[in-house]
Amino acid sequence: MNTEILGVVAMFVLTVLLAIPLGKYIGKIFTGEKTIFDKLFQPLEKLFFKLSGIDAAQEMNWKQHLVALLTINLVWFLLTLFILMNIGWLPFNPDGNPSMSPDLAFNTTISFVTNTNLQHYSGESGLSYFGQLTLMLLQFISAGAGMAACAVVFTAMKEKTTDKLGNFYNYFVKSCVRILLPISIVVATLLVFNGTPMTLKGKDQIISMQGDTINVSRGPAAAMIAIKQLGTNGGGYFGVNSAHPLENPNYLTNMAENISILLIPIAMIFALGFVLKRKKLAWVIFGVMTLGFLFFLIPSIALELKGNPAIDHMHINQALGSMEGKEIRFGSAASAYWGITTTVTSNGSVNAMHDSFTPLTGMFTMLGMMVNSFYGGVGVGFLNFYIFIIIAVFISGLMVGRTPEFLGKKIEAREMKIATIIALLHPFLILTGTAIASFLYAHHPDTYAGWLNNPGNHGFSEMLYEFTSSSANNGSGFEGLGDNTPFWNIACGIVMLLARFLPIIGPVAIAGILANKKYIPESAGTLKTDTLTFGIMVFAVIIIIAALSFFPALTLGPIAEHFKIY
Amino acid sequence: MKTQSNSLFQKELINEAIKQSFVKLNPKILFRNPVMFTVEVGTFVMFIVCLWILIGEKSQGSFLYNFIVFLVLLLTLMFANFAEAIAEARGKAQADSLRKTREETPARLENGQTISSAQLKKGDVFVCEAGDIIATDGEIIEGLATIDESAITGESAPVIREAGGDKSSVTGGTKVLSDKIKVVVTTEPGESFLDKMIALVEGASRQKTPNEIALTILLAGFTLVFVIVCITLQPFGSYANTPITIAAFISLFVCLIPTTIGGLLSAIGIAGMDRALRANVITKSGKAVETAGDIDVLLLDKTGTITIGNRKATHFYPANGIDSTHFIKCTVLSSMADETPEGKSIIELSGVNPSSYQLTNPKFIKFTAETRSSGIDFENTRIRKGAFDAIKNISEKAGNSFPDETQKQVVVISSNGGTPLVVSENDKVIGVIELQDIIKPGISERFERLRKMGIKTVMVTGDNPLTAKFIAEKAGVDDFIAEAKPEDKMRYIKKEQQQGKLVAMMGDGTNDAPALAQADVGVAMNSGTQAAKEAGNMVDLDNDPTKLIEIVEIGKQLLMTRGTLTTFSIANDVAKYFAIVPALFIASIPALKGLNIMHLHSPQSAILSAVIFNAIIIPLLIPLALRGVNYKPIGASALLRRNLLIYGFGGVIIPFIGIKLIDILVSFFI
Repeated sequence: MNTEILGVVAMFVLTVLLAIPLGKYIGKIFTGEKTIFDKLFQPLEKLFFKLSGIDAAQEMNWKQHLVALLTINLVWFLLTLFILMNIGWLPFNPDGNPSMSPDLAFNTTISFVTNTNLQHYSGESGLSYFGQLTLMLLQFISAGAGMAACAVVFTAMKEKTTDKLGNFYNYFVKSCVRILLPISIVVATLLVFNGTPMTLKGKDQIISMQGDTINVSRGPAAAMIAIKQLGTNGGGYFGVNSAHPLENPNYLTNMAENISILLIPIAMIFALGFVLKRKKLAWVIFGVMTLGFLFFLIPSIALELKGNPAIDHMHINQALGSMEGKEIRFGSAASAYWGITTTVTSNGSVNAMHDSFTPLTGMFTMLGMMVNSFYGGVGVGFLNFYIFIIIAVFISGLMVGRTPEFLGKKIEAREMKIATIIALLHPFLILTGTAIASFLYAHHPDTYAGWLNNPGNHGFSEMLYEFTSSSANNGSGFEGLGDNTPFWNIACGIVMLLARFLPIIGPVAIAGILANKKYIPESAGTLKTDTLTFGIMVFAVIIIIAALSFFPALTLGPIAEHFKIY
Repeated sequence: MKTQSNSLFQKELINEAIKQSFVKLNPKILFRNPVMFTVEVGTFVMFIVCLWILIGEKSQGSFLYNFIVFLVLLLTLMFANFAEAIAEARGKAQADSLRKTREETPARLENGQTISSAQLKKGDVFVCEAGDIIATDGEIIEGLATIDESAITGESAPVIREAGGDKSSVTGGTKVLSDKIKVVVTTEPGESFLDKMIALVEGASRQKTPNEIALTILLAGFTLVFVIVCITLQPFGSYANTPITIAAFISLFVCLIPTTIGGLLSAIGIAGMDRALRANVITKSGKAVETAGDIDVLLLDKTGTITIGNRKATHFYPANGIDSTHFIKCTVLSSMADETPEGKSIIELSGVNPSSYQLTNPKFIKFTAETRSSGIDFENTRIRKGAFDAIKNISEKAGNSFPDETQKQVVVISSNGGTPLVVSENDKVIGVIELQDIIKPGISERFERLRKMGIKTVMVTGDNPLTAKFIAEKAGVDDFIAEAKPEDKMRYIKKEQQQGKLVAMMGDGTNDAPALAQADVGVAMNSGTQAAKEAGNMVDLDNDPTKLIEIVEIGKQLLMTRGTLTTFSIANDVAKYFAIVPALFIASIPALKGLNIMHLHSPQSAILSAVIFNAIIIPLLIPLALRGVNYKPIGASALLRRNLLIYGFGGVIIPFIGIKLIDILVSFFI
């Protein structure tokens, strides 16, 4: 087998092997069972709770959970906005970088609070170390908040009839302290040993072979890179993210970083199995997600390895595959693998330029974000998937002649209303945003033509990608799009906010309402959700609702481009 | 009533339905159905486009093409309306034939005055004699009569109704055959069960069930997604310099939204109630039928449901030294005046005509709860038959010992699920009669079927636990309540409901009323008391206790039909995308011909074929919507696999074939 493909297979297998025990560990943390690390972390947690005066044992209902979630997000939003606008005079600014302008600070803060990490600045020149560290903290917080929301839904699914769904702060602090922090330390240490900087000193200087003096940016990078990968954040330290030689020095760090992208999203699925004591259900969900993931991944790797026919026509050797926009130290298979993993999980870090992928690979990265639940972001990926489960349960419940029920709870009009709105939201935000951009571009070319360097189908893909990435809270860019304009800053900001919080509120509300309902024991007539058949049903629902709605739009972008080249 | 035609489409029904299809185009009516309402809006827009072309617009393609699109959309609407109308017409025809029985019947009041049945108010008392048609629903307050209820139930054997007790209810439209009764009217005019049912079927008062509402929300969601998909396509098209005609937009939209299920949804609901009505069950709401599909526990009375009528005598066991013929003679004599089914069965078993015995001065002793025995006194002979301990008492009082072999026989009979009836002559035990319950043939297969559906069956009986257990095992029910009192039923229902289960039961007596009201599905027998009928949410006109099983299947069918057609409708979208999307852009981006995987003739023929397919699939599925998808008790997962294969996978494949075939036909004309 080709070594490149072997590398990809090794990464995926390693990820799953690590995710199973991690899932069990996460499950124990959510259910409050003892783990061997309790003694290690408890003092730190106690300190947090003592400082904040929060009683972590107080049970909350689903509404109180949402209030807690939105409150901590608001507090951190305001605090970060203040810091970013004042980094110029705040400490840890050895390079003397200036404070952010209000609009850029606003955009950046939303982007990091919503776990999107769309970056309209370049880390080397746009931020001080203090700013970087603040954003690094937000990468923990936004990931922890997503995991805590997911823990609420897990608890609600587990309970028979209750409105007591644990304590949000408890889930949140434990997710950060016991899961994100220790794994980040391991990954960061590995990066440091491979050459990633971790220092508070200013720019370094090297003399190049031509004798020029080059200033090399550095800083507390390793720590930030670890959490950017693990928390499906994607907000890199340097401008070009993990394509930067200091951010991702070699194939080994690439493997470590790429495993970190998928690790917690997959572990969350297994955690569900442990929390509910329904391992088969977890495997069915994992199976459906993996099927979708492979559906995007395999053709992408094949296309990238095969190279671009337009370059073939120029008689240029493409033995390494389509290498435009890729790093030679990773190769085309690992770049395609990263491209798909980072988009299916709403991570958004990149190690190659997505703009340069062959058209269909570009389409699959977009589809990953459009579906946004084949693994998905930490915690929130499952929440998105949960909506599709609810819809699939409803339709298939009817098909077996019973009022639909999921884990012993009847699904009725109110839950369907919420599920339908959330399922609609994503296509609505993406298509409407792209439609407004297309309209402006087509009807006011003099004002807006500057956006696109590549008009035509590719330009359309760039606009579609930008909105898809914002709505999926992904944060990667197709690039080639002049996105630092008021239109894109404002539009993407609104999309990010709506697409982050509504899809958390919806599933938590549904799960909370269901948890409060009367529990109906299973009988031979009950639809079982942990079967292959039901898995196929969910997969079909996702493909038809989530993926096919974008078919006309994708036709005008990557599909048209593909048929033109091939 | 049993003379229903098996044909789904009778001529007069079709004529009525076609008329209604036009009436239902009224936007005010159609607004209730969001999916079809948006189709109507689209149709109206196409109408405007046609007019626009007539006054000289050139950018929208030929008039003929646009007009055909308009026509096909109109047809889509008409087909959907027709589906609903035909379901309504069938239900109405059914209800009308019931209603015919109760048109303008004269009613004679107590004071001799005769008024029309329509003028009768709740609380009025009227009198009926042999030959009269009972004017309206009521309860007998005085007298007893044999009544022919065939007009309602189709059962030709007359039934006895009498004041007091559980058989006091009479139904309007039935005929008194003998005697005279006084009846108090129990319903206001226009509010009898039948009136309510007719209103439900006619749609005037039909409310969407919770499940229908949830599905409508989902379908509205699907419709909205495609509103977004289609509206945003306009700026996308202008970015790509690809003008998209209004006809293409609207066609794409109408094809993608779930018109198939949207058009058939209300027809499915009406057909569900109609199927219940055809089974001679009047439902008070559509929700009750749906709930029936969810039932987890079924409470069934032993008598009449699991066993045939009452228990029958099966064997005579004379005591040692008693002549068999003499014993039989004694049993016959003691049962001569016994009107109970058990008594009659003894005479039946003996094969002797009781009038052949010449008796002087016979005195019949009636059964009472105290003596727990009955019998006859004549000349110097006292014959008694009754419960084991009652007769034992009599014989012991007189100083006679109880024969050992009879005692043994009594135990054998009891443990075989039978009831021993001990006979004594002049306070001396002379033998025992065995009474046995006859389990209905085929009933255990039905219970097996219920078990596969996930439904637990519970037998309710007044028998002692030993007998109850024997019959329960023999019939194959899952559980039983022995020596049941009405409050036991209630307690059992509440216990199951607390565990989250849905319980169905059938009852007729006033003392069943609380349990009928407590049960999630309570089916009252038409012969039952008014209180029972008020308490339940269905009335069975046939008084057939096994009807519950049918009702459960009707409920399941209703939900399944909705689910499978929704799946089919949504699965169809895959093919429609592949038909229309290439057609939209192929003119400006010729490279996209690779996407035209069906090799459709031209963009226009592709769009036409897709909308035509979308329209004609509705009438093709009407029979399925009305008949309902077949329910097979094979377990939920197997059922899902089966339906997903037929309606999901089939729903993906069929439109590819259908659209291609229509395209071949259409391409001859374009």
